[in-house]
Amino acid sequence: MRRLLSLSFAFILVALPSFALQQPPSPPEGFVPASSLPGQEQLPAAPLVIIAYAVVWLLVLGYLWSIWSRLTQAERELADVSRRLAAGQRR
Amino acid sequence: MSPERRPSFVETVWLVTRKDLLIELRSREVVYTTLFFAVACVLVFAFGFVREGIAVDDAAAGILWIAIAFSGTLALGRTFERERQNDTLRALMLAPMDRPALYVGKLVGVLLLLAAVEVIVTPLVALMFVAPLFAHPLLMGLLLATGTVGFAAVGTLFAAMLVRARSRDVLLPILLYPITIPVIIAGVRGTAALLQPQADLPIARMWLSMLVFFDIVFITLALWTFEPAMTE
Amino acid sequence: MKKLFTPLLIVTAALFAYAPFAIQNAPYESTMGLVQKIFYFHVPAWIAMFLAAMVCGIAGAIVIFAGRKDADRVALAAAELAVVFGLMGLITGPLWGRKAWGVWWQWDARLTSALVMWLVFVAYLLLRKYGGAGSEKLSAVLALFGMANVPFVYWSVNVWRTVHPKTSVVMTLEPSMGIPFLLCSLAFVGLFAVLLAARVRLETVRASVDELYLSLED
Repeated sequence: MRRLLSLSFAFILVALPSFALQQPPSPPEGFVPASSLPGQEQLPAAPLVIIAYAVVWLLVLGYLWSIWSRLTQAERELADVSRRLAAGQRR
Repeated sequence: MSPERRPSFVETVWLVTRKDLLIELRSREVVYTTLFFAVACVLVFAFGFVREGIAVDDAAAGILWIAIAFSGTLALGRTFERERQNDTLRALMLAPMDRPALYVGKLVGVLLLLAAVEVIVTPLVALMFVAPLFAHPLLMGLLLATGTVGFAAVGTLFAAMLVRARSRDVLLPILLYPITIPVIIAGVRGTAALLQPQADLPIARMWLSMLVFFDIVFITLALWTFEPAMTE
Repeated sequence: MKKLFTPLLIVTAALFAYAPFAIQNAPYESTMGLVQKIFYFHVPAWIAMFLAAMVCGIAGAIVIFAGRKDADRVALAAAELAVVFGLMGLITGPLWGRKAWGVWWQWDARLTSALVMWLVFVAYLLLRKYGGAGSEKLSAVLALFGMANVPFVYWSVNVWRTVHPKTSVVMTLEPSMGIPFLLCSLAFVGLFAVLLAARVRLETVRASVDELYLSLED
């Protein structure tokens, strides 16, 4: 197991620089029409748009869920403490 | 000074600063360690940014301001750690003085410390990166002054407030850097404008005016919030 | 105030349900084509983020100068929302930029300043989580300073040349684009208000729990 871990660690160390070496293109001077870009630069727009909207929806729903679950937990705690307080006062 | 007359604002500021200076002069701990740290910073960046013996463009400006920011954070932390260890900050807060004067007094102390660091580091950077930092000394000096004031103004406030917080060592940079990044940007771009072969004076003056504006806004905010924020 | 919550929730949900259709029917922008449609979510997300930043700053000011505890709950809720909406803006922006500019990120004034703003509120949350007791006031100061940075953000894009579309783009939109944009902006503002109310409620409940624990110990 340990050997596997150290092997994968070594692999990551070696593989990382290859990502770092990728050169981003220089920024364009102004807005450049997509049709005049060289062939390999023409990205399909649809996946980007879909991912963007998906991210927004995921964040909204994820955050809503996060508030909801924390709220139910807090309300459960509130009921619990109120019960203990009431029980203590009755004594 | 008669005990009945309360010292004026300026006198209070001087008293606080003088106290800090006297304590510092006895051990000189913060001054020496901060200076060494700043020099070490410059060296480390030198190894990072010099290619074939020549520095990358604009590296000198960036390195200068980063060294100031890092050593400033260190100095702020050390200065207030001293106050915390002896619980003297509470004593200062209990003293019958204008709270803003206490803030300004501490700020002046930090500024003097950073000025000492910059006096050493700026020529060092100019030398090591062959950067004509002294071609326009007045403008360069003003940029350094206003930038340092902006950085220290926010830093003094945050460091004072963090004295009683947990994880204060790591929280100071976390809080300080995002707020003072405009200062760093303005300082670096202004300095870089001065370092061009044909120094771009109007641009440098524009960044200087932004720094002045920033200083006014944030010192005012700090003076406003120091007292209510420091009292329970 | 509470009575407004349900109608607001319904209106916001309706706006969000209608939004995809409005965006679909809006005309393509001449140079950027389909990818420009990210604009309808990207800019409203940043609007909501700035709104959250302002609310956090104002609530922080109330905490410092008037010492009110309930303002602190609003500040914390707004800071969390600023981080969430900012994250939306920071992810949708590069997705748009990759197609429109060819690069994922640009170190120009607008992007840099917006990122810095976002970091301020991340720092706020870190401070509240790890700073221990008594960090309410310090975080309020941080929020105030963060809010004071907002004008520098807007000012920088008009002073420093940048590839980012200037803020005046919004004013010059044609109605065919302007109306969907307005709808989406309203939707996001409504969403912000709804989420803020929900989040503040969470803090209020937590505060009640703390109070009850204290009286339990007595």
